[in-house]
Amino acid sequence: MWRVGVGLMEKTHYNQEINMTPELMERINELISHYPADKRKSALLPVLHEAQDAHDNWLSIELQDKVAEILNILPIEVYEVVTFYTMYNRRPIGKYMFEFCQTSSCCLRGTEDLMDYTCEKLGVKIGEPTADGLFEVRGVECLGACGYAPMMQLGDFYKEHLTREKIDQIIIDCRDDKIILHDK
Amino acid sequence: MSKKILLDKINVPGIRTYEVYRKEGGYASVEKAIKAMTPDEVVEEVKKSGLRGRGGAGFPAGMKWSFIDKKSGKPRHLVCNADESEPGTFKDRYLMEFLPHLLIEGMITSSFALGANLSYIYIRGEYMWVFKILERAIAEAKAAGWLGKNILGSGYDLELHVHCGAGAYICGEETALIESLEGKRGNPRIKPPFPAVSGLWANPTVVNNVETIASVPWIVNNSGDDYAKIGIGRSTGTKLISASGHVKNPGVYEIELGLTVDEFMNSDEYLGGMYSDRPLKALIPGGSSVPILPADLIYKTANGEDRLMTYESLSDGGFATGSMLGSGGFIVYDDTACIVRNTWNFSRFYHHESCGQCTPCREGTGWLEKVLWRIENGQGREEDIDLLWSIQSKIEGNTICPLGDAASWPVAAAIRHFREEFEYHIRFPEKIKNRNHFVNEPFAKSKVLTS
Repeated sequence: MWRVGVGLMEKTHYNQEINMTPELMERINELISHYPADKRKSALLPVLHEAQDAHDNWLSIELQDKVAEILNILPIEVYEVVTFYTMYNRRPIGKYMFEFCQTSSCCLRGTEDLMDYTCEKLGVKIGEPTADGLFEVRGVECLGACGYAPMMQLGDFYKEHLTREKIDQIIIDCRDDKIILHDK
Repeated sequence: MSKKILLDKINVPGIRTYEVYRKEGGYASVEKAIKAMTPDEVVEEVKKSGLRGRGGAGFPAGMKWSFIDKKSGKPRHLVCNADESEPGTFKDRYLMEFLPHLLIEGMITSSFALGANLSYIYIRGEYMWVFKILERAIAEAKAAGWLGKNILGSGYDLELHVHCGAGAYICGEETALIESLEGKRGNPRIKPPFPAVSGLWANPTVVNNVETIASVPWIVNNSGDDYAKIGIGRSTGTKLISASGHVKNPGVYEIELGLTVDEFMNSDEYLGGMYSDRPLKALIPGGSSVPILPADLIYKTANGEDRLMTYESLSDGGFATGSMLGSGGFIVYDDTACIVRNTWNFSRFYHHESCGQCTPCREGTGWLEKVLWRIENGQGREEDIDLLWSIQSKIEGNTICPLGDAASWPVAAAIRHFREEFEYHIRFPEKIKNRNHFVNEPFAKSKVLTS
C-alpha cells in the first residue's frame, strides 16, 4: 500500500521497515559532528545517503521524517531536498541499478546501443525493475567518466569501458551475489 | 616531455597513502607556509603566480583570495569545489582518486593563507568511492598532525571534512554549492553579496576548484614567479585536460599551457590522433558549455595563427570563430557524429539540470530540448532553426547563474557552424531515421543536397 505524496512529481512511497541500527546511528552522528553544533541541517545530504544505503536504496516518507527528527529540522526541509537531488530514490528500486551515463561522450562510444542490449537481455524497459526486483536500467546524466566510455554506475562504483560481454558478466556476478554495492 | 606539476608523482607506487606521499616530499608546503611565511605572503605568491581558477571561469585565484573579508571578524571558510559534473570533464576525479593527499595538502596551505579554521571538500555524490578515499586520507593526515589543533605548534587550527552532494550539476556553481553544503536545494544565490563576504552560513568563504587548490603546494614550495614562467602570457602554469570522444588515447593529461592544439591532438605523447582514423569533424575544447569548433577552426584561428591550448588562443575570435578553455573537457568528434543529435543531448542535459529558479532557463532549456528532439527525429520545420536561435538568445544573460548561458552557447555555436546539418535533418527526414545515421554515410557526402 502506498499513497501519493502531496505535491511531489513522482509518487513517494510509504511503508518501509525502518531500522536505525546502532552502527548507522554512530555513522550519522559522526557526520553531524563535521558541522558546527548549530548547523546540524548541513549534514542532511550525507545523512540521507547513509540512511538510504541502509534501507534498500530508497527513502520512504517515514524514513525522511526520521531523518528530519534526527537533524531537528522540519520534514518539509527534507522532502524539498530529496525531490531536488537525483541520487535519492523515492520508490523501491531494483537491487542492482544499472545507471548508464547517456551524455555526449558516452553516446559517441555507443552507450545507446549498449542500453538497448541490456534492456533486451533483462527483458525490461528503462526505469522498470525486473519482476524479481533484482535489476533496473536507467539513463543518467554525465558521471564524469567520459574518457572511459561507455560506462555505468552500480552502487558506489563505476563500471567502465563496457562491452556486451562485460555486461553479460556483470549480470552473472549480480545473480551470484558477487557484486559489492557499497563501500562501508 | 612537458612540465608536470600536479601529476609528476602519479606513477609512484603507493602514492595514495600518507607514508609514501610524505616520503616523496609531500606536505612540505604546509611546513614552509606555517613555519616561514605569513598568510598574506602565501596569498601574494599565489597572486604572482597568475594561477587562474581551473573550474571553468578562469578567474585569477590570488585575486579571489584577496577579496575575502578579514575585517568582519567572522569565521572564514575555504570550500573546495569537487562537484565536477561538466560533460567531458573528469580531471578532478583522477587527481583525487590517485593523489588525495595533494588536494589535502593544498587545502591546508590555502586555508592557512585565508585564515580559515573550518574547511570542506564538496564532492559530487556519484564519486562515492573517491569520497571514501578522501575521508581515509584526511584521517591519515590528521593522525600525522597536519590537521586539528595547533598544527606544527604554530597555534593555527584547522578542521577539514568531505561533504558529498547527491547528483546535481548546478551545485558546481559556487553559491548553489554553498546552499547544498548548508543542507538545502542547490538554488544559486543572487550576487552580490559574493561568497567572499557572505558565503557558507553567511561567513566569508572562498570556493576553489580541486585543480586550483592542488596547484598551490607547488607555488608555495617554489615561488609564484617560477610558476608564472611556465605557460604563455596570462595563461600561466599547467592544466589538466580530460580528453574523450573519438580519439585514440582518451584520458587525463597534464599539459603546459601554450601547447598547440595540433600537437595535443596528434602526438603520441597525448591523444595520438583519431580513434579508427576517421576525419576530425568538430571539437569542444572546454566542456559541454563552451562553443563547438568546426574542423577548419581547430588547429588554426580565423587569422590563420596556430591555435594554442591557452585561455586566450582558444577564445580568439570570440564566439564567432573561437571557443573557451573552460574546464579542459576536450571532446573530439569524427565525421560519424551527428551535431544535431549531440546538441539535443546537451540540451536534454541542461534541461534536466536546470534548478528551475529562473523562468528563462527553466522553460527555455525544455523548449530547446523539445525543438531539437523533433528536428533529430525527422519532424523539424524550416522555421525551427530560427526558433532555436531566438530561444537561446533569450536565455543567455537573463538568469541568476551561468547555467542559462551554458545551455545557450552550445546551441548557438552548433547553428552558427553547422546550420547545413540542421537543414539536412529538416529537409530529408527519411535519411535520418536510424539513430546512427552518419555512421554509414557521413554528412560530408550528403552535404550537396542542402546547397
